[in-house]
Amino acid sequence: MARAVTKQRKTINTIAAWAVGLLIFFPILWTILTSFKTEAQAISDPPVFLFFDWTLENYGVVQERSDYMRFLWNSVIIAGGSTLLGIIVAVPAAWSMAFVPSKRTKDILLWMLSTKMLPAVGVLYPIYLIFISLGLLDTRIGLVVVMMLINLPIIVWMLYTYFREIPGEILEAARMDGASLKNEILYVLTPMAVPGIASTILLNFILAWNEAFWTLNLTAAKAAPLTAFIASYSSPEGLFYAKLSAASTMAIAPILILGWFSQKQLVRGLTFGAVK
Amino acid sequence: MGNITLSQVTKTFGDVEVIPPLDLQINDGEFVVFVGPSGCGKSTLLRLIAGLEDVTSGKIEIDGQNATELPPARRGLAMVFQSYALYPHMTVRKNIAFPLKMAKMSEAEIKKRVDHAASILNLSDYIDRRPGQLSGGQRQRVAIGRAIVREPAAFLFDEPLSNLDAALRVGMRLEISELHKRLATTMVYVTHDQVEAMTMADKIVVLRAGNIEQVGSPLELYRTPRNKFVAGFIGSPTMNLIEGPEAQKHGAHTIGIRPEHIEVSASDGPWQGVVGVAEHLGSDTFFHIHDSGLADPMTVRASGEVSFRHGDRIYMTPRTDLIHKFDTQGQRIA
Amino acid sequence: MATQHSRSAAQFMMMPAVVLLLGWMLVPLVMTLYFSFKKYLPLRGGDLGWVGFENYARFLSSSTFWPSVQSTLIIVGGVLVITIVFGVLLALLLDQPMWGQGVVRILVIAPFFVMPTVSALVWKNMFMDPVNGLLAHLWKFFGAQPVEWLSNYSLFSIILIVSWQWLPFATLILLTAIQSLDSEQLEAAEMDGAPPLSRFGYIILPHLSRAITIVLLIQTIFLLSIFAEIFVTTQGSFGTRTLTYLIYQRVLESQNVGLGSAGGVYAIILANIVAIFLMRIVGKNLDA
Repeated sequence: MARAVTKQRKTINTIAAWAVGLLIFFPILWTILTSFKTEAQAISDPPVFLFFDWTLENYGVVQERSDYMRFLWNSVIIAGGSTLLGIIVAVPAAWSMAFVPSKRTKDILLWMLSTKMLPAVGVLYPIYLIFISLGLLDTRIGLVVVMMLINLPIIVWMLYTYFREIPGEILEAARMDGASLKNEILYVLTPMAVPGIASTILLNFILAWNEAFWTLNLTAAKAAPLTAFIASYSSPEGLFYAKLSAASTMAIAPILILGWFSQKQLVRGLTFGAVK
Repeated sequence: MGNITLSQVTKTFGDVEVIPPLDLQINDGEFVVFVGPSGCGKSTLLRLIAGLEDVTSGKIEIDGQNATELPPARRGLAMVFQSYALYPHMTVRKNIAFPLKMAKMSEAEIKKRVDHAASILNLSDYIDRRPGQLSGGQRQRVAIGRAIVREPAAFLFDEPLSNLDAALRVGMRLEISELHKRLATTMVYVTHDQVEAMTMADKIVVLRAGNIEQVGSPLELYRTPRNKFVAGFIGSPTMNLIEGPEAQKHGAHTIGIRPEHIEVSASDGPWQGVVGVAEHLGSDTFFHIHDSGLADPMTVRASGEVSFRHGDRIYMTPRTDLIHKFDTQGQRIA
Repeated sequence: MATQHSRSAAQFMMMPAVVLLLGWMLVPLVMTLYFSFKKYLPLRGGDLGWVGFENYARFLSSSTFWPSVQSTLIIVGGVLVITIVFGVLLALLLDQPMWGQGVVRILVIAPFFVMPTVSALVWKNMFMDPVNGLLAHLWKFFGAQPVEWLSNYSLFSIILIVSWQWLPFATLILLTAIQSLDSEQLEAAEMDGAPPLSRFGYIILPHLSRAITIVLLIQTIFLLSIFAEIFVTTQGSFGTRTLTYLIYQRVLESQNVGLGSAGGVYAIILANIVAIFLMRIVGKNLDA
């Protein structure tokens, strides 16, 4: 319920909130602006804000020199593949827990959550060894599997909270109507849960896209996604502000846009339904 | 055909026995109503018949075939749920067609049957809408449509009218009764509303705590309730149950007299009391009478407009031939 | 409320997820435990036999251990304080009526979607660089000597970068919680004569306590394992070597797997202590 406030009060709120909002957003804005500058303007003193010679040159150079598209493609495959695989594994599990709950359901859910809390560094070497022995090091399939596993608990949880909102009677009606379990999930549950499944996919895509521990440690050249691509710019010889900015902008732009769509679901997904 | 036989059926959830051993025969073409207060196990019983729950022990036969282990889809029954349970993402047509599609019927046959059901239920104008765009009554009809296209052996209704407003409820009640007359298919109907039970049923099953208290036609239950519970549950307003000296006069622990079986007068009668609330309905008047020394309050139904007011002294004459007598266990005497 | 048939179907369908996660948890965990009791140097002789608890003792007694615990605690604690205090303030501000609320929300949430390597790199070079960084320009503009952020104020710098990334998360969750507060409660308090500060202290803050706890626990779990921010900026030098980074260096840089694994076991225990509290809250919520 919005309460009536004076125009003056609302103006002050607006100014304050926009000031804070722009301050927080500024590093991103600055990066995007710098990506359109020449290298000289990027480090000019005093800095130029808007009045410079806008150029797209940096984007071309970044693609040419470090093959941005290949990293992008790796990111898409790893984030997309792991999310899709996770959904396929998680939908049946979430169905079971939401609609046929047993005494153990809660324990299983909490246990799944606990695997998410295993610090990655604690198991780095074993995973490294397993990857070497299975020939998965620096392969996209290896990372798809790892990303799927680290996000699986979140996917199951999110789907579970969405499924719980669907009345069980509708699934029973489907059963009475002669639907097999497969058809019940395929024709009744899934279409009804589309909004929930979509936001689960979105959030997990974002999480997988930004994951930086396993992607940095389990890839070298072939399968490296954008996180590793950007990290390669941290070495001084690669350091040119405008190009760094162009590369950064390209790495975050797709996810920033997806993220803005998913901000509502983010809360539910990352708090495991504890805050709605 | 739609004979359903339950023999020695029980159901327990964990340690809680919801249905103690129960026998029931439902005959083909009958309209059977399960009625009882909430928590009496009537919905559970329906779900056992539907196959949505397993029986703990006992046997369920449908048309002479043992259906105890059959999954819901293979029992040949259709169910209308309390929330209607329509598929929100499908149009009315697709909702009604869904069971036929699951049965892998041909497109042409599906279309024929859906159109037929829609015309019976006056849904033809809404056939391409989604459930969200329909009123409560229309949704209810879609749910019924989805049930009738399968031509099931029996229909199961789980409190189908409880989500409708009062006026619509009366209308749907008539529609379901008419549908039953037209299809002559077995219907099993669960409700907590004894008015629905009385008006619709061929056979009423009164349940309490999973036990069948009485089975009979509406008038049998009204005239000769087997015990105090049935007496109090069937009939509206509810029967006056009187204990104490007045009951002993009739050689019973408790006597019951229905509000409509008491005459009122301003001057004389064997019982007397003071009018508390008088509810004037026009066709009838209900008096709630205090200080009668019988039951508090005593409810009396008088035909037409009778002008007693709050605080007036009132005299009552029961029709002694219609007094029900119960023993200390609450069982009917004679 | 289900039949035997559907229960067994449910168990069957839960299998893939359960088996996968069980494998993902148990196999590496057992291997880490196994290595932690060995002297294992892959590049200098490989498996050199069982050593009992020596790795555990050595990890604790090494001169790098306690400083790493200290840096971890300072970073985690600093980020938590900053994100929660500013998160509450920001959430209160964003809850006020204003023009363009949706756009401001989008601006505030944006840093959360920036991948850690990008945000670390952008802050390190474009803001904190002592020569060309924007902050250096700002300092010079006011006639001050530019600061060498990542070498002289390394912990503070890392805290700043990580806080910038996590402030949106805290704000968003706290804002969601504030919006679920029944406004009639606040109006009743106002009618009862409570001034704004008391309304905040007696009504809003208690209402937020659960959300704050959840932010606290979830952030702690993620913050204990921050990696990319340090990897990209200081590589663990200038006192920014956290426990996670120390273990990483033991395992991959100095290739002392046994020692690193013992450290990993400590990290797992630490994370589990936090996790238990989080699970309690989430578990209670499940029953509701």
